[in-house]
Amino acid sequence: MIISNMEIIPGKRIQEHLGLVQGSTVRTKHLGRDLMAGIKNIFGGELLGYTELLQEAREEAVNRMKQQAASVGANAVLNVRFSTSSVTQGAAELFAYGTAVILE
Amino acid sequence: MFDLVILATLLGLGYFFGRYYESRHYKSIFRREAEYRNILVVASRIPPVTEKPNASLLVMGSVVISVDYFKRFLASLRSLIGGRVISYESLLDRARREAVLRMKKQASTMGADKIFNIKYETASISKNARGGIGSIEVLAYGTAFIPVKS
Repeated sequence: MIISNMEIIPGKRIQEHLGLVQGSTVRTKHLGRDLMAGIKNIFGGELLGYTELLQEAREEAVNRMKQQAASVGANAVLNVRFSTSSVTQGAAELFAYGTAVILE
Repeated sequence: MFDLVILATLLGLGYFFGRYYESRHYKSIFRREAEYRNILVVASRIPPVTEKPNASLLVMGSVVISVDYFKRFLASLRSLIGGRVISYESLLDRARREAVLRMKKQASTMGADKIFNIKYETASISKNARGGIGSIEVLAYGTAFIPVKS
């Protein structure tokens, strides 16, 4: 399945438009990572634990979006966008959405 | 009195470690930016018609980065009188450039040479720093083009 954040794919024609597909996941950090982040907040620098956490979560969101696209019979998702929002303290929602299409 | 000592220690630690990490990070950014200069990153939504890629795929890079205690203190002082918060500018600059570099790295391992339609997404993820932007996450994503092998 082709995932792209552009509206067209060069060299391929869109045969059918199947509407919006989306995937989301809500993740929270664990205490150990939180503690490390608290220490890092004094020294500054990258919070590796958080970076990994958010990366995993984003992959999960994209996978869910792909599943949804596959279930409607699409072979590509175009114009993909990402969005992040914090739901409660310490928990973040990662959201991916795009247009499911059938490419030639 | 004891509180003041703790505050001074935290400020001192933040100042020296923060400076050290920042200069090290900038050095690494400059080095890698030179290394990945051959990959073009374009913000245009539609690629030129002359582009004939072999494949196109989504690439992304993200980073979570935190500001040090000293800079946060400066920023809280600054918020009393308002104006430009210089201490946070380098934080955002570093995070954006790092995210783009990670995206480029992913693209280069896939053999791509151009990235179109780059978008940034910035989120403040830590709410524990008394409403301040303690740490931020920056995500950069775009569509990488892998050239046709002739």
